[in-house]
Amino acid sequence: MEFFKAENVSKQYQNHLALDKVSISLPKQSIYGLLGPNGAGKTTFIRIINQITAPDTGEIWFDGEKLNPKHISRIGYLPEERGLYKKMKVGEQAMYLAQLKGIPRTLAAKKLKDWFEKFDIIDWWGKKVEELSKGMAQKVQFIVTILHKPDLLIFDEPFSGFDPINVNLLKEEILNLRNNGSTVIFSTHNMASVEEVCDHIALINKSKKILEGNMKQIKMDNRTNTYRFALRNLSQQPKELLPADISLLSEEVEDDSTSFTVRLPLSGNPNELTSMLMKHGELTMMEEVLPTMNEIFIRKVTEMNQ
Amino acid sequence: MNKTGLIIQREYMTRVKKRSFIIMTILGPILMAAVFIIPMILAVNSEETSKVAVVDETGIYKDRFKDTDKLTFTILTAPIEEVKESYVADGYDDLLYIPRTEVAIPKNAIIYAKDQVSVTTKSYIRGVMKEEVMEQFLLLEGIDPDIYDKVRKEASIDLSSFIIDEDGEETKSYAEVSMAVGYVGGLLIYMFIFIYGSMVMRGVIEEKTNRIVEIIISSVKPFQLMMGKIIGIAMVGLTQFLLWVVLTMGIVGVFNAAFADKMLDKNIPEVTQASTDMIPQQATAQLAQADPDLEEVTGEGFLEVLDMVKSINIPVMLISFLIYFLGGYLLYASMFAAIGGAVDNETDTQQFMMPITVPIILALVMMPSVIENPSGPLAMWLSMIPFTSPISMMMRIPFGVPVMQIIASMLILVATFVGMTWAAGKIYRTGILMYGKKVTYKELWKWLRYKG
Repeated sequence: MEFFKAENVSKQYQNHLALDKVSISLPKQSIYGLLGPNGAGKTTFIRIINQITAPDTGEIWFDGEKLNPKHISRIGYLPEERGLYKKMKVGEQAMYLAQLKGIPRTLAAKKLKDWFEKFDIIDWWGKKVEELSKGMAQKVQFIVTILHKPDLLIFDEPFSGFDPINVNLLKEEILNLRNNGSTVIFSTHNMASVEEVCDHIALINKSKKILEGNMKQIKMDNRTNTYRFALRNLSQQPKELLPADISLLSEEVEDDSTSFTVRLPLSGNPNELTSMLMKHGELTMMEEVLPTMNEIFIRKVTEMNQ
Repeated sequence: MNKTGLIIQREYMTRVKKRSFIIMTILGPILMAAVFIIPMILAVNSEETSKVAVVDETGIYKDRFKDTDKLTFTILTAPIEEVKESYVADGYDDLLYIPRTEVAIPKNAIIYAKDQVSVTTKSYIRGVMKEEVMEQFLLLEGIDPDIYDKVRKEASIDLSSFIIDEDGEETKSYAEVSMAVGYVGGLLIYMFIFIYGSMVMRGVIEEKTNRIVEIIISSVKPFQLMMGKIIGIAMVGLTQFLLWVVLTMGIVGVFNAAFADKMLDKNIPEVTQASTDMIPQQATAQLAQADPDLEEVTGEGFLEVLDMVKSINIPVMLISFLIYFLGGYLLYASMFAAIGGAVDNETDTQQFMMPITVPIILALVMMPSVIENPSGPLAMWLSMIPFTSPISMMMRIPFGVPVMQIIASMLILVATFVGMTWAAGKIYRTGILMYGKKVTYKELWKWLRYKG
């Protein structure tokens, strides 16, 4: 079931088309990766969802209704370009932003204190923002984004400026939010984190959507017939054993064990190769290597740009 | 609380709590009160008397200079060259030299002093000499000085001006008071627009460079953020203005009370009179002796001041001040906000400041012309054009302006600021999310026409 849907959304700026008939649909309780090179139109799209700008054409649906200003309180947005008022105290500032999202004062105070405890920044409540490290300021912004329990969360490069420990903390929270019913849009250039958290992705390049779907499905669709083998006591070098139409991508020898990656022709069947190899050594491992999101991203974008 | 209210509250509280605001709020009244108090203190504390040596070669004035609280006169008979060498060593402050002349009535005199001769000393001496010279001339013409005195008193003309409004009601007018009130009102509005308008601009730039603006406009509309900031800062300005008025009055009041007794002891006439009026006190006393009615003059003077104050329609002044104060500020503040939104940092604001500063400076430069002819065509047009009307109309109102003109000017002002706020909102909305782009006027025009 879809929670959010955009149909043929276009946005024209003075000298360029920022979005060209982009349609995407977000299943409920999914983490949806919005990917694309710099300047592809992701930020414009996110701003349209936040009703900061309006699309020229196209329709947007939010939880079964046409997107309207009422929905703003149900959306949480962590922009890529984010900051805080430097001269304000951390607690006051968090209270201010929480109340702007419509949380009553007393409730906001209680919830903020809980989250500050959880993220271990409660000691900073009375300090000025300019005294905070970048990572701590990011934590405050993250808390304020999710405090009003939005149904739709939009994170634009949420992990920039965090150390690995805090990246993990945030990832867990994002997964928690999803499990508790939120739908998440996750925009980033960090493909490793996309692999870790996203269920669905859309790839936007040059104002157009060029790929969308379930991430596992996309990987399957883009499989390259690549496999990794590991054999013990292999009698010959892999490259001497392999037929001409199979290319050897990498090879590694350790003691008596040899492991290597091969790409079969598109019509090729790994069974034949496996049985052939088994005659020359003791098969310890065989698996299909699916393309990484990074590879798919680069391939799709370069293909289109050529 | 609604969201605009929250923004107003934040803008207001963060500024009011700032150290610079508190310092300015305290320093302002102290400075203003000092203007009133320092002359008071000076008047009370200037107990030193100046000793004046007089060398009168004509011999006419030797009995004329009577000692006062502040001046003692000593007639010296030694030749002027000698006295000039020695008067300082002999303990005199000033030396008055009246040289012999060929004309019957000598009118020239020279004062020598160690340093600058005080204005009071000079004007006292001038006053005494003038009395004497006049008497001499009268005698020369065969006129009895007493008769002359009487004639002069009888012939004093009391020219009062009255303003008759449409209902035929007459009010006494005082151009000087109107002028002062007009200047003060106009200058206050000018100050308020500039200080607080640029505060709006800096606030917008701060939000933009802090990169907090996108977080906030995902919760509220950019227009709400802009209006919240403008209104919040307007309230800061009103607070500061009100505190200044109250504190200044408080400080002056306390000093007045504390010094009142002391001044009575010293038998010093009204402070203002002492500093502005240069009539020698002794001369006044003599006149008072000669004419018992004169003692009542000071009483009448007081009544006249009261009348002057009453001649200003205080409620009308206050209400129109408030309207032009706010109207002018809102008009300019929205332009300042648009500029703040369009640029990346304060140094880039220069190119856009021109169109804002030109009309307001024009209004300021035209102040004397408006005062000179408050109902002339220049003043009329300046007080209709919304960019100059807050200042120009404020200056005209104390002189009396037709009600229709005031209403027209206010309506034009309100309509312009509504339109300007709308336009500024559009520029602001596009600008705050635009980074690292050198903005031109052409660009701003395009932003104005973006929809949604």
